[in-house]
Amino acid sequence: MSAALTLTDLSKTFPVGRGVFGAPKATVKAVHPITLTVAQGETLGIVGESGCGKSTLARMLVGLLEPTTGTIEIDGAALDNADPALFGKRIQYVFQDPISSLNPRKTIRQIIEAPLIHLHGMDRAQRTRRIAEIFASVNLREEFLDRYPHEFSGGQAQRIGIARALAAQASILILDEPVSALDVSVQAQVLNLLADLKRELGLTYLFISHDLAVVEAVSDRIAVLYFGSVVELGPAEDIFRAPRHPYTKLLADSAPVVGRPLTAPEGRETELPDPLNPPKGCAFAARCPRASDRCRAEVPVLERQGAVDVACFHPLVAGEE
Amino acid sequence: MGRYVLRRLISAVPVLLGITVIVFAIMALIPGDPATAILGSYATPENVEKLNRDLGLDKPLVAQYFIWLGNMVQGDFGTSFSLNRPVIDEVLERFNATLVLAGTAFVICSVLGIAAGVVSAANQYGWADKAITFVVLLGISIPSFFLGMMMILYFAVSLRWFPVSGMWPIYGTRDIWALLDHLVLPASALAVVATGVIARLSRSAMLEVLRQDFIRTARAKGVHERGVIWRHALRAAMVSIIPVLGIQAGFVLSGAVYIEIVFQWPGVGRMLVDAILTRDILLVQGGVVFVAACYVMFNIVVDVAQSLLDPRIKT
Amino acid sequence: MIGFLKLLARNRLALAGGIVLFLVVVLALVTPLLPLAEPNVTNTSARFLRPFSDGALMGTDHLGRDLLSRLLWGTRLSLAVGFAAAVVAATLGAAIGIIAGFYGGRTDNLIMRGVDMLMAFPYILLALAIVAALGPGLFNALIAVAAVNVPFFARNIRGITVGIAHKEFVDAARLAGLSNTKIILTEILPNVVPVIVIAMSTTIGWMILETAGLSFLGLGSQPPQADLGSMLGEARSALITNPHTSVVPGLMILIIVMAINLLGDGVRDALDPRLKSGALSRPMASTMVRRQGPVPEPEGKGLLEVQELQTQFHVRDRNYRAVGGVSLHVKPGECLGIIGESGSGKSVTVLSVMGLVASPPGVITGGAVRYDGADLIGAPYRKLREMRGRNVAYIFQDPQATLHPLYRVGDQLKEAIRAHHGIGRDEGRARAIELLKAVRIPNPEQRLTDFPHEMSGGMRQRVGIAMALANDPDIIIADEPTTALDVTVQAQILSLLDDLRRSRGLAIVFITHDFGVVGQLCDRVAVMYAGRIVEEGPTQAVLEAPTHPYTARLMACVPELGGGKRRLEAIPGLPPVVDNLPMGCAFADRCDRVQADCRKGEIVLERQGARAVRCLHPVTPLTEAAE
Repeated sequence: MSAALTLTDLSKTFPVGRGVFGAPKATVKAVHPITLTVAQGETLGIVGESGCGKSTLARMLVGLLEPTTGTIEIDGAALDNADPALFGKRIQYVFQDPISSLNPRKTIRQIIEAPLIHLHGMDRAQRTRRIAEIFASVNLREEFLDRYPHEFSGGQAQRIGIARALAAQASILILDEPVSALDVSVQAQVLNLLADLKRELGLTYLFISHDLAVVEAVSDRIAVLYFGSVVELGPAEDIFRAPRHPYTKLLADSAPVVGRPLTAPEGRETELPDPLNPPKGCAFAARCPRASDRCRAEVPVLERQGAVDVACFHPLVAGEE
Repeated sequence: MGRYVLRRLISAVPVLLGITVIVFAIMALIPGDPATAILGSYATPENVEKLNRDLGLDKPLVAQYFIWLGNMVQGDFGTSFSLNRPVIDEVLERFNATLVLAGTAFVICSVLGIAAGVVSAANQYGWADKAITFVVLLGISIPSFFLGMMMILYFAVSLRWFPVSGMWPIYGTRDIWALLDHLVLPASALAVVATGVIARLSRSAMLEVLRQDFIRTARAKGVHERGVIWRHALRAAMVSIIPVLGIQAGFVLSGAVYIEIVFQWPGVGRMLVDAILTRDILLVQGGVVFVAACYVMFNIVVDVAQSLLDPRIKT
Repeated sequence: MIGFLKLLARNRLALAGGIVLFLVVVLALVTPLLPLAEPNVTNTSARFLRPFSDGALMGTDHLGRDLLSRLLWGTRLSLAVGFAAAVVAATLGAAIGIIAGFYGGRTDNLIMRGVDMLMAFPYILLALAIVAALGPGLFNALIAVAAVNVPFFARNIRGITVGIAHKEFVDAARLAGLSNTKIILTEILPNVVPVIVIAMSTTIGWMILETAGLSFLGLGSQPPQADLGSMLGEARSALITNPHTSVVPGLMILIIVMAINLLGDGVRDALDPRLKSGALSRPMASTMVRRQGPVPEPEGKGLLEVQELQTQFHVRDRNYRAVGGVSLHVKPGECLGIIGESGSGKSVTVLSVMGLVASPPGVITGGAVRYDGADLIGAPYRKLREMRGRNVAYIFQDPQATLHPLYRVGDQLKEAIRAHHGIGRDEGRARAIELLKAVRIPNPEQRLTDFPHEMSGGMRQRVGIAMALANDPDIIIADEPTTALDVTVQAQILSLLDDLRRSRGLAIVFITHDFGVVGQLCDRVAVMYAGRIVEEGPTQAVLEAPTHPYTARLMACVPELGGGKRRLEAIPGLPPVVDNLPMGCAFADRCDRVQADCRKGEIVLERQGARAVRCLHPVTPLTEAAE
C-alpha cells in the first residue's frame, strides 16, 4: 500500500495578542510537530476533545492555514505552498456545519460548478454531465440544482457539501466532524454514503471527530490527539478496546455505554493545561494517575509498541485495568 | 485597571497626532495665502511677505507643521487676527459654554433615551412602545435647528416661559438659576435627536438580549420580571449601548453648532462658523484640534466605563 | 425581490413613508414643468406675504420671492444632494470596509486606524474643516457630508465582512479555486449588499439633515440659489415677526426625512432575515396559554404529572405542533429520561412545565401540568414565578450561554436564593460556598468571584447545577446538560447528577439524544418523535427489547463504542415537519414495518404494565415486552 498523504513535522503556532509595535506578545502551539502517513484508500480517524488542535490540523492539510513548520506530501509530491487552489485538486474538505458552508445567495448549481470551472476549466456541456454523475453518486435529485441552500435540511446540505468536494476530483477528503451537526437518524445515512463513495471512487479519508463511537465505526486506524499532539495511534479495533495511553483509556471509559454503570473516571484536576503556559513534560501528566517525575520533566515521543504507537513513558499493558 | 487606563492614554497619542495632521493637511489645501486675507486692504506685497515670514509661512509645509505642533504642545495656538486675542483664550472661554450646553444635553439624552428604550422593549407592541417609537421617529427626523426655532416661537415668544436666546441675562445676576433658565430650551432641542437614536438602539439591544439563554435562566431561577428586565437584560444591553453613547456624544457636540447659532449661545461652534466665514484660519485650526482632543479624551472615559462593565474586555 | 416588496408593502408605516416620499420625489422631478413663479426673482414690494395670499400660495420671503416655488426648487436640490452624498459615502465606505474586513491583518489594521482617526472628530468639525478649506458652496458641502460619513459605513461594513469572511463557504470557495477578487465579488459582496442597502436607507435621511444643516449655517448653497437648509437659515432673522418663512421649509425637511426614515425602517425589516420570522419578538415572562378543550382530571401518578400537553408555535400563518399531546410523570427520587432527535418536541415539553417556552411564538394550547396535583397551566404569573427554582429547577444545555456573562458566579448563585428567600450578605455567601462544594468545585471561596468566562465548560455547568440546587427543589429538569461538553467532562457531570439525586432524593427529568446516557442514568425512558411519545418504559427493558420500530432503529443506527468498523443501519428519510403532520403514524414514511392501517387515523399510546407503545405493528408485541 502506497502513502496517499504524508505529514512530516507539521506544526502550527499562533501569535497571541499584540504589543505596541505589532509584535506578538506570546505564542500558542496549537499543533505540535506531527508526523503521520495515510495509506492509499485508508480511513484515518482523528479523535480528540475541544482544543486539541484537530481543526487546525485539518485546515493546514487543505492549505487554508499555512503550517509553521513541516511539509505535506500527496502521492509522494510535496505541497509546500499554501495555495488552496493548488491543494484543491488533490485534497478536499467537508465542513462541519453543512448550512454555513454553502453560500446562502448562490444556487446549488453555482456552488457545485465552482470547482469544475476554476479547478478544471470545464465547459458547460462537460459540467452538466459531470454534475449529473456526482449527484447520482450522492443520491441527490437534479431538480435541487436550482434551489438555494436554506431550502435543505442538514443532511441534504451535507450531501451537497460532499458533492462539492467530489466535484474537485481530489483523491483525499478531509472530513471535519461531518456528522456532528446532524441528527442521529441522519448521521448514519451520511456515514454510509461516505463509505460507499470511498469504495466506489477509491478515496482516502481523514475523518476528524470528537465522537469516539463514530470514529471507531468508520476508521481503519485512529490517532488520538491531546493538547496538539498525537498521543496514540493504532488500528481502530484495538485502540479503545485495549488503550495503551492513559488518556485514551480515560476517553474510552468516559464514553457513555449502555449497560456500563455510571462512574466518574477521574476525580482529580480535569482542566486542560494553559496553552499560554504549557507544562514542561507530558501535557497529560497533571490528570494522569500513572504520572511520574519523568513525565513532568520530559515530553514523551510517539514510539511503536506492538501494533500501536504511543507517546507515554508508562503505557498501559494490554488487558490491564 | 490603572494599567488599562494608562494604555488607553498612550494609544490616544497617535490619534491626537493624526488629528493634527488631518487638520493641518485640510487647512493647507486652502487656496490663496492667509496673509492676504489677514491684511485685507493693507495687503501690499511688502506687508504680505513680512507677515508670511512672521507667521513662518515661507518655510516648507512639513516644517510649518512641526512649528505649529510644537507651539500647540506648549499651549500656544497662535493669535486670532479677527478677534486679536490668543486663540487658546478664546477657545477655552467658548468651550466652557459649549460644555455646559452639550453636557446637559448629553445627560438628558442618555437617561431619557435608555429609559425609553427599555420601557419600549419591555412592552413590545404595547401602547407605550408604539407611542415611544412614534415620538422617537419624529425626534430623529426633525432638524435640530428647526426644532430650536419652533421652541423659541412657542415657549419663549408665545408662552414667555423661557428667554429667547443667550446664555446669561443681559441685566441681573449671573447665578445658576439664570443659567438654567437660559439652558432649558437649547439643551432640550439639542438632546432630542440623540435621545431618539439612543432610544432606538437601546430598544433593539434590549430585544436582542431578552432572547438570550441567560434571560431564560434568570426566569427559571424565579427572578422577578422587573429584575429580569432591569438587572439582567439592561446590564447586558449596556455593553452595546455604551459605545453608542460615545458616538452620540460626538453628535451632540456637532449638533451644538446649530443650536448655538439658533439660540445665540456663546459656544465654540458659533465661534468656528464665524471663523470660517471670516477665514480666520488659526482660530479654526485651534478650535477644531482642541474640541477633537477633548472628544478623544471623552472616548477614553467611555472605553474605561465599558471595561468596568464588561469583565470580558482584557484590562 | 418580489418577496421583498411584498414584505415591505405589508408594513403599513413603511408603505405610508414610501408613498409620501414617492409624491415628494415626483413633485421635485416635475418642478421645472410646473407653472411656478421664478424662485430667485425678488420683489421687495411684496415682502413677507402671508400664506394663501393672492399669487403666492405659501407667501413670500424677506425679498418677496415666492415661497412655494423656492420650496419646490429647494426640495429638488436637497433631495439630490442628500441622495448623492449617501451614494458616494456608501460606495466608498463599503469598498473600504470590504477590503479591510476581507484581507484582515496589516491592511485591516492600517485602514481601520485611519478610520478611527476620522471618527475621533465630532463629525461636524471635520465637515466644517473641509468646507473651510474648499470654501462654502453646495457641492463642497456634499463632499464634506459624504466624507465624514465614509468612516461610519466603512466600520459597519467591515464588521459584517469579517463575519462573512470567516464563514465556511468562503473557505469552500478558496478550495474550489476561486481567486481573492472572485471571492469578494461572488461570495462576499452578494451577502453584504443587503447590509449596505439597509445602512444607506437608514442614513439618507440623516444625510439630508446634515447638508441642510451646512446650508443653514451659510456654508452650503449660496444665494440666490436655495436648498431647504439655506431657506431656513435666511428665514431665521425674521423668525419672530414672520414665522411662516421658517415653518414652510422646516416642515418640508421634517416630512421628507420622516418619510425616508419610515421607508428605511421598512427596508431594514424586510431585508434582515432575523426579523423575518418574527424572531426579534420579546419573549414574555411566561408562556402564553390558550387552552382549548377540557382540562384532564388529576390521576395522582407522581409529583409532577404532564397530561396531554399540547404546545404550538404560531409563526405567521403556520402552526407548528411542537408538542402534540404528551403525558409524563415523575416520582420523587426517580430519574425519567426523554430521548429524541431535534424537533421531536422534547425540550418544548419540559420548558412548558414552568411556562418557559418563548412566547411569542409559543402557545400552550391544551392539557395540564400538575405539580402535587395542582394544575399549573394558566396559573397566574406570580404563582409560576414562586415555583420556578424553588419547586422545579432547570439545568440548560450550553453553560456558556445560560449564565449571565457580566455577573460573578457567586452573585448569580446568591440571586437564585434571594429570588425566594430574604437572606443577608454573609448567609448568602455561606450558602453559595456550600452550593459550590456540593457540586464539587475546588476552592469554592475563590471561585465565587469568578466570571463565567473565566471558567471551563465543565465548571460552568457545575455552577448551573449549583444554581438549580439553590432552593432545594424537588424536581430538576435537565435539558441536554452535557451535549455541549467534552466526553470526559460529561462523564463527571453525569455522575455528579446521579449522586445528587440519590443523596437528596431529587426527581430528575433528563433530556438527551444519547442512548448511552439514558442507559447509565435513567430509571425510565420516554422516546419522542414528531411531538409525541412513541414508546415508554423502564430503561433496561426498553433498551433490551424496544417495541416501537423507531426506537429499535434509532438504537441500531447509532454506533456504540467497542463495535469496531462496520456499516450502520441508517433510517431513510427525514423526520416530518410538525406543521404538516401526516395522518396516522408520523414515522410511517420511514418505517420498514409500515402497513396500510398505519396511515389511517389516530394511533393511541397503548399501555401494558410499565411499558407503553404507540404502534400497530410493534417490533416486539407489547404483552411480550411487558413481561
